[in-house]
Amino acid sequence: MLRIKNLDAGYGRLKVLRHVSMHVSQGEIVTIIGANGAGKTTLLHAICGLLRNRSGEMLFDGADVLRLTPEGMVFSGCSLVPEGRQVFSTMTVRENLLLGAYVQHRKNRRHDDRGDLEKMYGLFPRLRERERQLAGTLSGGEQQMLAIARALMARPRLIMMDEPSMGLAPLIVKDIFSIISRLRAEGNTVLLVEQNAKAALAIADRGYVLETGRIILEEKAEDLLLNRDVQRAYLGRDVDAETKI
Amino acid sequence: MYWEPDMECMDREGLQQLQIERLQATVARVYMNVPFYRKKFDELGIDPDDFRSLDDLRRLPFTIKNDLRDSYPYGLFAVPLRDVVRIHASSGTTGLSTVVGYTKNDIKTWSNLVARVLTAAGVTKDDVVQIAFGYSLFTGGFGLHYGAERIGASVIPISSGNTARQIKIMQDFRTTALVCTPSYAMLIADTIQEMGIDRNSLSLKYGLFGAEPWSERMRQEIQDKLKIVATDNYGLSEVMGPGVAGECLQRNGLHINEDHFLVEIVNPDTLQPVAPGEVGELVITTLTKEAFPVIRFRTRDLTRLMPEPCPCGRKTMRMQRVMGRTDDMLIIKGVNVFPSQIETVLFSFEGTEPHYQIIVDRKGAMDDVTVQVEVSESIFFDEMKQQNELIKRIKSKLASELGIGVEVKLVEKKTLERSEGKARRVIDLRKI
Repeated sequence: MLRIKNLDAGYGRLKVLRHVSMHVSQGEIVTIIGANGAGKTTLLHAICGLLRNRSGEMLFDGADVLRLTPEGMVFSGCSLVPEGRQVFSTMTVRENLLLGAYVQHRKNRRHDDRGDLEKMYGLFPRLRERERQLAGTLSGGEQQMLAIARALMARPRLIMMDEPSMGLAPLIVKDIFSIISRLRAEGNTVLLVEQNAKAALAIADRGYVLETGRIILEEKAEDLLLNRDVQRAYLGRDVDAETKI
Repeated sequence: MYWEPDMECMDREGLQQLQIERLQATVARVYMNVPFYRKKFDELGIDPDDFRSLDDLRRLPFTIKNDLRDSYPYGLFAVPLRDVVRIHASSGTTGLSTVVGYTKNDIKTWSNLVARVLTAAGVTKDDVVQIAFGYSLFTGGFGLHYGAERIGASVIPISSGNTARQIKIMQDFRTTALVCTPSYAMLIADTIQEMGIDRNSLSLKYGLFGAEPWSERMRQEIQDKLKIVATDNYGLSEVMGPGVAGECLQRNGLHINEDHFLVEIVNPDTLQPVAPGEVGELVITTLTKEAFPVIRFRTRDLTRLMPEPCPCGRKTMRMQRVMGRTDDMLIIKGVNVFPSQIETVLFSFEGTEPHYQIIVDRKGAMDDVTVQVEVSESIFFDEMKQQNELIKRIKSKLASELGIGVEVKLVEKKTLERSEGKARRVIDLRKI
């Protein structure tokens, strides 16, 4: 579905990504793990066009999308759930969702949002309860659900999520990850960037390890969980202490 | 039957995407973690960040067996020893052994790849697999063992040797698949005949043979004598062990597990890539190995790639059965001669047995080659005239095939030394 070859990206003269090659196939959850500053968010921004300073090869469903604007990317079916939610806090939950559907209206003047809204409320019952509430008054977990639902309103074929668990209470984090699993079960394709590598690898099919802008490992998620380097660096397991016994 | 259909039948474009991703990751990792590669790259001015296509592979230096020996024992490991769960060493067919390591994930990958090879060769979870490869530092035994267990077959880890016992267990345990070297399979087949055992009292269906080159004629012999489907499989410890490539039931070329190994065929003298389909030396780069990745390892094995699609449905590239080794290559009177060429000629004659030895010596300044081949009793006790006639015919065919004259000697059955592992075909007595 998404195929990237030798993607370089950066800010000004600062190069962040170095010839990143990766792919996401239909129906997969692929996760990118890496330390702070490894370039995970930069990678997502380069894919969805928010970062223009990039070069390489990027195909989405076989079409070259490297020159597309962020808006163009959403049109072609790739939506981002940004880091830190970024909901429109002075608008209601419903208004936030409707904004997410703007591409549907552009594509079809007679588009009716009701079906999609119902679907979102079915997926996230909390949002129905808070339908008329201002988004800024929602809890962190609810805002995250809103951000995901807003992205889904564009009916994307690929959903990219940037740190969806960030700053959330452990119980809420569990909810969010089970929602992501559910999205996949319903046929969605997800590219997930997470600091919480353990939780991300637990639901993902495959993973890439990004280190200082380079991909240094590509493996099945279950194998990455077994990789001792990954355990040491990202899963917080003190393997050395364990082996000393 | 496929073990991992999504990988084995993946389209070329998807495969190449995966290969470049894994290659870039491997290059980044070896540069970071293995001083040997970092030094080599730096010396040649290669920046791993400039590595953008599969073709860039050609800019990387080759790795040879001596590099592995110089790093004895752990110098080329890309992970600390505490992450290594298994250590093997090469069988040391020629020269000193080399040491390789595996992480937990490497063992998992290895088992899966061997499971692919076994599945392609007809083995399923219902089979009883007798593994008559040595269980030792040699990768053959453990490699096949883990793969067969992965499939869910019943594994008999009998190891090599004690042929009479092999046959008894084969009968009693109702073995359905035999795993060993082709020369040992031959020995087992001959012993079964000698012991007067009825082949129909055995349950054997499949044979998976590897670890040494063998000929099509030898396959026929083994298949006829043991009444099995015999397939060839390929691997080498420096790269992983068995599981690199294996034949499907078409028995026409070995499917390479290209999602884990990137292969090239180069001219062993110029080291330049050969034209597609031409014979040359196989060079392998590992794409997923964690503990012991190798970049452009020169296998010394001679083969050619077969890009035509295979009727079995696998889309992976096939390689022809290994035709010989560049270091087996004998230079006799200035001519390159491979034992496999001699083998093919010998076996094209009625009455020869698949056991032979090539003795190279130097008389004065001249190379002198004698080929000893076992012949059936009927020929051996035949009239001298007919023996001489056969020798003459073999000699003339060898001369036209090799371009040099060699002596031929017929010997009685079972006079040449039998091997339970890899057969010793060449004895080079030249002191140069």
